[in-house]
Amino acid sequence: MNAAIITFPGTNRERDMALALRAATGRKPTMLWHRETALPPGLDLVVLPGGFSYGDYLRCGAMAAQSPIMAAVRDFAARGGHVLGVCNGFQMLTEAGLLPGALLRNASLRFLAMDCVMRVERADTPYTAHFQRGATFRATMAHGDGNYFCDAETLATLEGEGRVVFRYEGENRNGSINAIAGICSENGRVLGLMPHPENCVDPLVGGTEGLPIFTSIAEHVAA
Amino acid sequence: MPRPSPAKPGLDKRHAPPDKPGMSHVTPLDPARARQLGAEFGLKPDEYERALAILGRTPSLTELGIFSVMWSEHCSYKSSRVWLKQLPTKAPWVLVGPGENAGVIAIGQGLAAVFKMESHNHPSFIEPYNGAATGVGGILRDVFTMGARPIANLNALRFGDPAHPRTKRILDGVVRGIGGYGNCVGVPTVGGEVNFHPAYNGNPLVNAMTVGILKADRIFTAAATGVGNPVVYVGSKTGRDGIHGATMSSAEFNADAEEKRPTVQIGDPFAEKLLIEACLELMETDAIVAIQDMGAAGLTSSSVEMAGKGGMGIVLDMEKVPQRETGMTAYEMMLSESQERMLMVLKPGREKVAEDIFHKWELDFAVIGHLTDTGRIEIRHHGVLEADIPLAPLESEAPLYHRPTEETPKQPVLGPVADPVGITAALEKLVASPDLCSRRWIWDQYDAQVGGQTSKRPGQADAAVVRVEDHKLALAMTTDCTPRYVLADPEEGGKQAVAEAWRNLTAVGALPRAITDNMNFGNPEKPRIMGQFAGAVRGMAAACTALDFPVISGNVSLYNETEGRAILPTPAIGGVGVLEDVAQAVGLALPAGCEIVVVGETQGWLGQSLWLREIAGREEGAPPPVDLAAERRNGDFVRGEILAGRVRACHDAADGGLLVALAEMCMASGVGADITRRGDHAFWFGEDQGRYLLAVEDGAALLEAARAAGVPAERLGQSSGRTLVMPGADAIDISRLAAAHEATLPALMQGV
Repeated sequence: MNAAIITFPGTNRERDMALALRAATGRKPTMLWHRETALPPGLDLVVLPGGFSYGDYLRCGAMAAQSPIMAAVRDFAARGGHVLGVCNGFQMLTEAGLLPGALLRNASLRFLAMDCVMRVERADTPYTAHFQRGATFRATMAHGDGNYFCDAETLATLEGEGRVVFRYEGENRNGSINAIAGICSENGRVLGLMPHPENCVDPLVGGTEGLPIFTSIAEHVAA
Repeated sequence: MPRPSPAKPGLDKRHAPPDKPGMSHVTPLDPARARQLGAEFGLKPDEYERALAILGRTPSLTELGIFSVMWSEHCSYKSSRVWLKQLPTKAPWVLVGPGENAGVIAIGQGLAAVFKMESHNHPSFIEPYNGAATGVGGILRDVFTMGARPIANLNALRFGDPAHPRTKRILDGVVRGIGGYGNCVGVPTVGGEVNFHPAYNGNPLVNAMTVGILKADRIFTAAATGVGNPVVYVGSKTGRDGIHGATMSSAEFNADAEEKRPTVQIGDPFAEKLLIEACLELMETDAIVAIQDMGAAGLTSSSVEMAGKGGMGIVLDMEKVPQRETGMTAYEMMLSESQERMLMVLKPGREKVAEDIFHKWELDFAVIGHLTDTGRIEIRHHGVLEADIPLAPLESEAPLYHRPTEETPKQPVLGPVADPVGITAALEKLVASPDLCSRRWIWDQYDAQVGGQTSKRPGQADAAVVRVEDHKLALAMTTDCTPRYVLADPEEGGKQAVAEAWRNLTAVGALPRAITDNMNFGNPEKPRIMGQFAGAVRGMAAACTALDFPVISGNVSLYNETEGRAILPTPAIGGVGVLEDVAQAVGLALPAGCEIVVVGETQGWLGQSLWLREIAGREEGAPPPVDLAAERRNGDFVRGEILAGRVRACHDAADGGLLVALAEMCMASGVGADITRRGDHAFWFGEDQGRYLLAVEDGAALLEAARAAGVPAERLGQSSGRTLVMPGADAIDISRLAAAHEATLPALMQGV
């Protein structure tokens, strides 16, 4: 899989993501700076990683969504490209209009850094084929603004079209509507989720529960 | 001391600025005004006379500011230096010892670990969020200044009585501040310790530690060389925040402490993250001669230290300093403690390379001066010479006090104490007590996973374990101190703090390598306090020597008193150890189907124990002695067993004694224990030192190995079920213990 990770000022999980992609595919992703105006040709996957782009000033992901490279990312998605946004990357996807809704302040008004359990609602997306539908898995979460929200109409669309890919199982700590942890675009190729599967790809540090996301997409783009 | 000469300004040829003949001379303050201001800035009368003698005239305002911060307790260590010299600082693996921004040890495979711990106590009392946040930012800069990528943050926190109305607010602000900064810069906060005691009501302690990794042959230091080399300012702009912060941190608080809020700096972790990446990117090139962060006393201490360590002179043009506010004077810029700034000396002609990197990261970059051969610091502002001070005497003539000490009288060893409540009731109360309850409410706000290398995070093991990226190699790290022991017996307490850190590293299987110390004490002008300091250093030195565990960096925070009431003496120790293979690390969670063995001798020492305080309501007696030979022997044995793969879980028995340690192992996994060993409350809750609880598959083999090694060891029982069962005591469900253990902090912090 030919993947690229975009780094913004304040991004801090780009290295974690690179390690996860390498663990799943044996291949190092390309690292791109946000000031680039074009994506390299032949990309299979663009990743917007976690962190605090622009220090979370204004709104999480809002300024990154205006970065020069985001026009190219929008084009890439419009042409049917695969885009994965994790945590701050999910926030950027909603700010950039590539996914609906918004990530609000956690209901507790505190930063939440702990394990959570996610239920796989769809096993037929490019990112989830290596899970069983309904399976649950543990992942790390670390965010201050992960409380997913959208209006009733959008929610009905998301649920009706089966675009809720992951839901929190058990405690819904950040207060997300319908316990939504991750959603995808209409074509299933743009995925945003708050927890960090990239920190769960190694049996010695963090466990391997997140690995299927990366092996799924790698296999999907290879097919 | 030579009397100051009554030199008139402008008449003394020695002060003619050497490298710019047309420039005016420094304009001194009015002598009476200068003396009065010096006192306001914290210079003692004899220190002021010394400054006069060095200058040969009355200082200008900027010069007075420079003398007062450089000679503050915070920057000069004037009360503590004579004692700190006793600490062992060398070992074959120590690459850089105390004196640089942080210490460095070799960890194998051509790699080195850089670490240091530093206090931000006074600012955290005045303004908890920003005080704690900037404490994290400052210690991070100390570490990446050396060329290291920070891989972990830890902390050591002390708060007042949980029932005190201010404690909640301070705890909440400090935790938010540590999390707010560390989470944003993307350095995992992997460990720490928290205690509560009324002695910290007016003076919480916030000690932050950073650990970083670099290549052993790529260490950057502060010593500047090369006449004419450019002095470069990078990072955030300079504002009027934090002026005289170092001086503020060198005095006791009165009731008006909150009026000092303007001396607390505001942190911007986003700027720090950019600064980390930009500096590390520049360090990949060959452009840097020397680099120093602007911490306490900002531009003053960084420029003085860089030029001073290199035996050079330095000229700074203050109008070139990037400024956040208009109309700032040279005095304000030199004294500002604005955050996220660094000073560098570059090789000639490398300015462009550096500038491009800093502009890529959207940070300020400015050449603000150059090195000279004059041995003086010259501060110019719009063509006016604002300060001109010889550097050598600023350091060599810095005040050094051998303050009087008074030993803490030895407390008698506690006699027998009756058990008022029974074993099970005491256990249930202890695991819920503020000093032993779960810290989950705190660590759930710290990102411990970012970086993707955290193997053992808070609650999983006695020390945090973080792997070195792309290696099997891992570092274990911990922070420790038991202040109630240090108060009762400074020397034993100092020994215990070091031994406890060594033990916690050993308990995960790591080889302990070195420590950083953060000496938090009261007013050193009081002989009893200085005696505590001296005693603690003696004990620490003995333990460091016996355990091959040298001090490679440290920080001293004195005057931790509010309205004359001192904190408990708190020499916080940050320890780092090495694991050759992260897969060998063990945690503390008790697996089912194991035999439980205690290594080390149990006499049942209740003096200064938490049982005595929480159950019997008494804080007295001599603290448990630390037998350093036994400590080493027991620890080396346990580590050997862990590395041989024969230990499934390990936990040291410390605060609360054996039964609390066992309960912590049970609560971490939910697995119960069937105990066969009979014991009284002293056996189960005594805080004898040098002990470990081990879960092993073959208890008999372990006991045999211990016997052969001359190490005391005893089988206590085995793990099974979901209940803790003991002879002569009520059984208790692990879930019930865990509920009590978890409830305390959330209940305390409700509604904050």
